[in-house]
Amino acid sequence: MELEHDDLVDVTDVVCPITFVKAKVAMEELDEGQVLAIRMNDGEPAQNVPRSMKDEGHKVLKLRDNKDGTLTLFVRKVGE
Amino acid sequence: MADYKALKNGGFMRQAQKDLFSVRLKVVGGNLTSEQLAGIAEIAKEYGNSSVHLTSRQGVEIPFVKLADVEKIKEALKAKGVDTGVCGPRVRTVTACQGSGVCPSGCIDTYPLALAISNRYFGQELPHKFKFGVTGCVNNCLKAEENDIGIKGGYLVEWIEPECIMCGVCLKACREGALSEVDGKIEIEEEKCNNCGRCVKSCPTDAWKGTPGYIMSFAGTFGNKMAFGVRVLPIIHDLETLFKISDAALDYFSKYGKPGERFRAAVERNGWDGFTKAMEKAYEEALNGTGA
Ligand code: SF4
Ligand code: SF4
Ligand code: SF4
Repeated sequence: MELEHDDLVDVTDVVCPITFVKAKVAMEELDEGQVLAIRMNDGEPAQNVPRSMKDEGHKVLKLRDNKDGTLTLFVRKVGE
Repeated sequence: MADYKALKNGGFMRQAQKDLFSVRLKVVGGNLTSEQLAGIAEIAKEYGNSSVHLTSRQGVEIPFVKLADVEKIKEALKAKGVDTGVCGPRVRTVTACQGSGVCPSGCIDTYPLALAISNRYFGQELPHKFKFGVTGCVNNCLKAEENDIGIKGGYLVEWIEPECIMCGVCLKACREGALSEVDGKIEIEEEKCNNCGRCVKSCPTDAWKGTPGYIMSFAGTFGNKMAFGVRVLPIIHDLETLFKISDAALDYFSKYGKPGERFRAAVERNGWDGFTKAMEKAYEEALNGTGA
């Protein structure tokens, strides 16, 4: 199943705290209400990135397990 | 004047160098205002050697002060809103991490708690020194179990099914593997849950309810003998109960500890069974609103 999204960012090539920075920068490109898909590694990023997006005030929709050691987080942008 | 014991009670500790003292200051929860810090800096410059020492338990000491200046230093500190600390066989500095007031992981507000504990017990005489430490969550930055009484914040968590959108975030946020999805429901294995609160904090829809509480550990020690504090009670949800239990632990130590014996040694010599029973009794009484 592919959830609808407006942009995709891959943070599997970086580690904390760049995972968050990269996701945040990608989010800044979007308009309010658009959805960003963030592909991340299992483990530490999957434990923490969703929480960081929530703390930034965005709406987390789904953390999907891609069954290949990565997960994709779908987040709706809140605020400019 | 040179009553050494009185000096020590007041936080003046003899140095390796004859007639020089290190002044221990009272710091609660590792917190000082900028005014206090500026005052301490001034006093260290005027009466010491322009340095301070930061102790392993969040204390501040001004070394290299002269015996003759003790009274003047006390006055000067007082004027800057700083008290002297204590040494010897009594309740020492109450330490704390930043807790929920500052740290996003925090489950309890540690600083007001450290202050309340300090106001109630600081300086109280006991068979030996006695340390309280408060840490805001199970990450345990303040290392609760190395204290005579350690207090750790935690959440008792509960899943609120109607709020859940099955996003899957909490399943990953939980580091203990306590959560799983079974037939469209989130199931929690209580025995794996360590009350970290990560599920509550990461859930985008408030589908986890977290009730803050205190996890107490007793008789930890980390000096020439080392032993972790032991948890003998369930998570506690109110301050009054925490105080009644702490009162009971200090009473136990006063009653059964020999002079010069640490809390740990007293509990081990008299037996954990008796100590645990005493704590359970205080806990029950606090819950039922009976007892002193
Ligand atoms: S113990 Fe928890 S609340 Fe305290 S500083 Fe560490 S992470 Fe933050
Ligand atoms: S409180 Fe922590 S350990 Fe318990 S279920 Fe939530 S995330 Fe897992
Ligand atoms: S994080 Fe919240 S909404 Fe998402 S699955 Fe867990 S309980 Fe449900």
